[in-house]
Amino acid sequence: MDRIYYFDNAATTRVSPEVIDEISKYFSESYFNPSSIYTPAQKTKEAVEKAREKVARAFNADTKEIYFTSGGSESDNWAIKGIAEAYADKGRHIITTAIEHHAVLHTCEYLETKGYEITYLPVDQDGLISLDDLKKAIRPDTILITVMFANNEIGTIQPIGEIGKIAREHGIIFHTDAVQAAGHVPIDVKELNIDLMSMSGHKLYAPKGVGALYIRKGIKIKNLIHGGQQERGRRATTENVPGIVGLGKAVESACANMQEETERQRRMRDRIIDGILSKIDHCWLNGSREKRLPGNINISFEFVEGESILLLLDMYGICGSSGSACTSGSLDPSHVLLAIGLPHEKAHGSLRITLGRFNTEEEADYLIEKLPPIIERLRQMSPLYEEYIKNKRG
Amino acid sequence: MMYSEKVMDHFMNPRNVGEIEDASGVGTVGNAKCGDIMKIFLKIEDGVVLDAKFKTFGCGAAVATSSMATELIKGKTIKEALEITNKAVMEALDGLPPIKVHCSCLAEEALHAALWDYAEKNGIVIEGLEKPVNDISEHEHLPEEDY
Repeated sequence: MDRIYYFDNAATTRVSPEVIDEISKYFSESYFNPSSIYTPAQKTKEAVEKAREKVARAFNADTKEIYFTSGGSESDNWAIKGIAEAYADKGRHIITTAIEHHAVLHTCEYLETKGYEITYLPVDQDGLISLDDLKKAIRPDTILITVMFANNEIGTIQPIGEIGKIAREHGIIFHTDAVQAAGHVPIDVKELNIDLMSMSGHKLYAPKGVGALYIRKGIKIKNLIHGGQQERGRRATTENVPGIVGLGKAVESACANMQEETERQRRMRDRIIDGILSKIDHCWLNGSREKRLPGNINISFEFVEGESILLLLDMYGICGSSGSACTSGSLDPSHVLLAIGLPHEKAHGSLRITLGRFNTEEEADYLIEKLPPIIERLRQMSPLYEEYIKNKRG
Repeated sequence: MMYSEKVMDHFMNPRNVGEIEDASGVGTVGNAKCGDIMKIFLKIEDGVVLDAKFKTFGCGAAVATSSMATELIKGKTIKEALEITNKAVMEALDGLPPIKVHCSCLAEEALHAALWDYAEKNGIVIEGLEKPVNDISEHEHLPEEDY
């Protein structure tokens, strides 16, 4: 393969040069166990605590409220199971949404087998929950509201501040899965009344295998990983020092350049959306046009199937993703696309393009140029398109 | 890549894409809901499949198995055509990932549906041929929620 045009930044990102610079010495020179007593190890421990400060500062949290984990899925699992267990005597009802990441949905389903009741809030065609639905779902035994900050497939950003306010007014703990949002949109956990927040390193130019969970002071939580006294006794495992240092650096640089970078990506995103929608018939944007992550594009193409689009794009070095059944590893298309009201047959033909800081305008041009003939080629092969044309004529 | 080179070749350069205007038999199988529809056209004369074409909505494996199935059936007698199983299609493609095996079943069924249509049109019975379960004829609407 010659050149790669990487448009799958919601799946993972390239580790940024400044992060690589910062972390490499924690593999080779400062490789010590931060719990060890000798002087060199103390330096390693300092690096971990410095990273914690950086993460805390980025989200207006206290350093004691940041806990490092192995990634977004662990943070989600810990938050939900840990709260469910810690507050089980208060109630066993949890409110979430139909469009959460599987790390949240499958954790909730697991809790259902343990006697918890889960309310899955529906979303409108833009992927937004209704605050009225949320208020109506609240019960005396509701212990947790968990709503994702921004959706990984369609990029819709939820009204997190309003949700936080409602939760706080009712004395219910509010967790948000901010894996796609952290480092991409401004987040102030105090202002938004967030009690717990999950984030992941590799979605913001840090390495894979590191994440964090923000736990507001005063929130009780049961441990998920038992063992040593790391992370103030709440999460055992020798610290992933390079990962943690990388996460700190990545969050710091994301926040330093956020406004500028967000604007740049938003412009590129809108240009790609408009370019595709104007060049190709029978396609539409999934998710909200305004309340949307700056780098997310999700378009459905009628009469064609997503995996076929991806395979042909791959021939041109273009990396994207899709919500089709064939790419989800099951026979069902994306639960998110179904939840926003797409019928099955239309949910199969979606393409997700997610931008990042390394994407250039030239790459956007390349994508806009290569995609239309690919869709046309697949439509010429599609019996659904043939049927549509015949009906149109007839 | 999850697919064999042969699968990719038949996906990138599918053989026999298109329609046959005066087809002897046409079979459409699958369901847009689960993401695959195959339509196969056969031209049969004196009990021999002279030509085969297809149109497919679906993933890479769906296109590749349609392409291979139409290649395999060309020149075969009806009796021989019935021996083209999903396994034969898969083997000819050097295998499929487990989750894509259903595409090869669909290809087999599409061939059978086209042969069934041919038999019905001509009032003959093809020994050993049963009406495929996933058959969706042109005039029926796609199955709704009850799938």
